[in-house]
Amino acid sequence: MQIPSSEEIIDDLAFFDDWEQRYQYIIDLGKGIPGLSEDQRTPDRLVKGCQSNVWLISETKDGKIVFDVDSDAVIVQGLLALVLAAYNDKSPKQILDFDINGYFEALDLERHITPTRGNGLRAIVAKIQEQARQAIH
Amino acid sequence: MSLDVQALRAQFPILEQQVDGKPLVYLDNAATTQKPQAVIDAIMAFYTQCNANVHRGAHHLSDESTRRYEKARDSVASFINAGTREEVIWTSGTTEAINIVANGLAQKLNAGDEVVATELEHHANLVTWQQACEKAGATLKIAPIFDSGELDVDAFESLLTENTKLVAFPHVSNALGTVNPIGELTRLAKKVGAWVLVDGAQGIAHGGVDVQSIGCDFYAFSGHKLFGPTGIGVLWGKKDVLEDWPVWQVGGEMISDVTYQSATWGALPNRLEAGTPNIAGAIGLGAAVEWFRALNTDDVQAHEQQLLAAATERAQALDGMRIIGTAPDKVGVLSFMLGGAHPADVGFILDRQGVAIRTGDNCAQPLMKRFGIPGTARASFSIYNTLEEVDMLFSALKKAKMMLA
Repeated sequence: MQIPSSEEIIDDLAFFDDWEQRYQYIIDLGKGIPGLSEDQRTPDRLVKGCQSNVWLISETKDGKIVFDVDSDAVIVQGLLALVLAAYNDKSPKQILDFDINGYFEALDLERHITPTRGNGLRAIVAKIQEQARQAIH
Repeated sequence: MSLDVQALRAQFPILEQQVDGKPLVYLDNAATTQKPQAVIDAIMAFYTQCNANVHRGAHHLSDESTRRYEKARDSVASFINAGTREEVIWTSGTTEAINIVANGLAQKLNAGDEVVATELEHHANLVTWQQACEKAGATLKIAPIFDSGELDVDAFESLLTENTKLVAFPHVSNALGTVNPIGELTRLAKKVGAWVLVDGAQGIAHGGVDVQSIGCDFYAFSGHKLFGPTGIGVLWGKKDVLEDWPVWQVGGEMISDVTYQSATWGALPNRLEAGTPNIAGAIGLGAAVEWFRALNTDDVQAHEQQLLAAATERAQALDGMRIIGTAPDKVGVLSFMLGGAHPADVGFILDRQGVAIRTGDNCAQPLMKRFGIPGTARASFSIYNTLEEVDMLFSALKKAKMMLA
């Protein structure tokens, strides 16, 4: 499954009126990203959350950064798909210009990006932004 | 007489609220319990009527503040049947209480000495002893459990030698709910002359703790798991042991005489309580203890067992649900895996339905590893939970199972 763009996701999610459909959609989005093999899930790529783990690999191709991610929890995996929709295959400047908090607010999912949630999502976003900053320097 | 749960619930204002438009079903009581109005009132009364530092002031407010603060110590001492009130040391919680003992132990241990703990430990009752042993060149031995989560008492006994200086175990396992035979374990440890510390964090709120009858040297617990406020806890220790225990932090009221070059320590309980204490917390905990003691312990335990039995029965009937921790003697804790679903996903979908549980490693990573799982979802019951709430938990779980299949 192709990951829709961040604009398409905002439109899609606005369409559902109950939380079950919304989260089913997010879970399905997560299933659509390839994930990582056991070998790729190395400790240096691990972003440890208190409740679930996330792995992140990045590579720069033609001035754009490509990310591969995986999580051991399906809802987090779905949220990672939302993050990838915003960041994947974008230039460092595009990444740094993107208003991630506004994006999660538009999705009505800001509860996931608050520091109180131990799902590693915020840490992943910080890591992606940090890599974009390094790519610029 | 059975517990009037509705009347009890009505004393907990927080339980009346809704989450995402659904009634709150609070089943994370092993993490922290909610607070009855009596506790909230006691804290409020302290700050509105008599806030002042204790033991120091030459004025009315300080006298009143000190009176309430020390009365709380009396309440705790009587509640756990301490030999004397000086044996009750205020701490910030169970973790600090264990750290006080471990810090002192590190100074008393020699190379070749041994400390024994169990596979059931919360990190706070494990890493503390690791650190103490490492500093002293001593060895930490871990007593195994059976697959049910029950401690292998024979194996525990076989680890005890004349080199064993301290033995630590939980009264109740936070992750599995197992109740340990703490009297028997203490008796075995005492045969080799070891000090005994019981981590009572999960044991205290089920009633009936009598430290003298257990026979241990230390019993540690937190106020917030006993309907009291956070940031306050208790280290109970036998007077003769505490009198000789190395001081932990220094400064403030724990000091007797000071020159620019040296100091001597005051008497118990102050010698282990440095700095201005958590006065409001202690008073709140005192109120919680008095509130809890007014309930009938048999009724409390019977109600909790009823909830556990109902939840266990429902869990066994739910296809794909695996209970982690099936010891015959358990408190109201149901730790589980739901099919192949990650506990974090289960917890999240329950939260959307108003059901609050804990998910993750339960601060017991080695124990989770022993069961070959990353963590569990854990529902833990308290006295104000109802059978209807057990039903709501399982309705919510069915939805989670459907969505995560």
